[in-house]
Amino acid sequence: MLNAITLLLVFQLAGEAITILFALPVPGPVIGMALLFAALALRGGPSGGLRETAQNLLQHLSLLFVPAGVGVMLHFQRMADEWLPILIALFASTFITIAVSALLLRALTRREPAAANTERRP
Amino acid sequence: MSPRISEIWVYLAASPLLGLTLTLLAYQGAVQVSKRYNGHPLANPVLLAVSALVTLLWATGTPYRTYFDGAQFVHFLLGPATVALAIPLYAQVGRLRRMAMPLLLTLLAGSLTAAFSAVLIGHLFGASEATLLSLAPKSVTTPIAMGIAERIGGLPSLTAVLVILTGILGAVGARSLYALLRIDDHAVRGFAIGIASHGIGTARAFQVSEQAGAFAALAMGLNGLLTALLLPWLIPPLMHWLG
Repeated sequence: MLNAITLLLVFQLAGEAITILFALPVPGPVIGMALLFAALALRGGPSGGLRETAQNLLQHLSLLFVPAGVGVMLHFQRMADEWLPILIALFASTFITIAVSALLLRALTRREPAAANTERRP
Repeated sequence: MSPRISEIWVYLAASPLLGLTLTLLAYQGAVQVSKRYNGHPLANPVLLAVSALVTLLWATGTPYRTYFDGAQFVHFLLGPATVALAIPLYAQVGRLRRMAMPLLLTLLAGSLTAAFSAVLIGHLFGASEATLLSLAPKSVTTPIAMGIAERIGGLPSLTAVLVILTGILGAVGARSLYALLRIDDHAVRGFAIGIASHGIGTARAFQVSEQAGAFAALAMGLNGLLTALLLPWLIPPLMHWLG
């Protein structure tokens, strides 16, 4: 548990350092995630402790969004002023994105039926 | 509220303990409510907890800064949690290899559609620049979306709210949309909702089937990474073009 948390923080720190060092426009933890993914690929998977800690942390992922979400109170005025464009943009964009992604992936996997069939359950 | 209770409140609000404890209590209460409604997408724990806390802070006249002094300890964990996303992502590496090309092409198209359609439609209906920049990463899981918003000049806390709303919208509406488009492959269904509606969409996909959930988790992780790489380069020229 403690090992796993230390490991996650070390990868995050490495990510932050790389972001600053190369002036990357990507958030540090994202680089940390990519580094950890590469490390897992080299090592052939996570240890039991790491998997368990990640599971615990991600199980309550929703909790971690709450403090930032409460920040909406700083934006009441903006939401009141711009509720129409915000609502239309979110609504339309979400469904356009789902439709484009689903239709494209279906078209692409139809052209490669072998790949699609291995994924289908009997 | 009697003067004495409000004095106690003022005293407690000055220490980080209150903000932290309230966050945990509100979240646990919200999870209970969500369970009672069998995880209905509208009974989203984040939405419920945030609403309860905002109401409480507003009613007691407590500034967000004061609350965040305590809540920041929870907020800090978003960083390590983002790093930890590598582990479920790695679990999908076998499928990723087998369907690599179609998945990557779809990911690229979906990721760009999510960001550009939100910015263009928002602009069309007169949203301000700060709002547009906060909208751009709305399909990505919150910790990454907030980081992107910060980078491109949006408002991270506004982005967090928009991300959560996007997740709820996708989770509520995807089934009807798939019926309309006659999409019934669970891998396709899951991957598309993972791109558009991140973690909340992924949670919804897992309710449909294991396969849909796994593909949604894969899409969510990859879209977070791709969007973080692309948007900081693509959004400034887009905003310039929009004027």
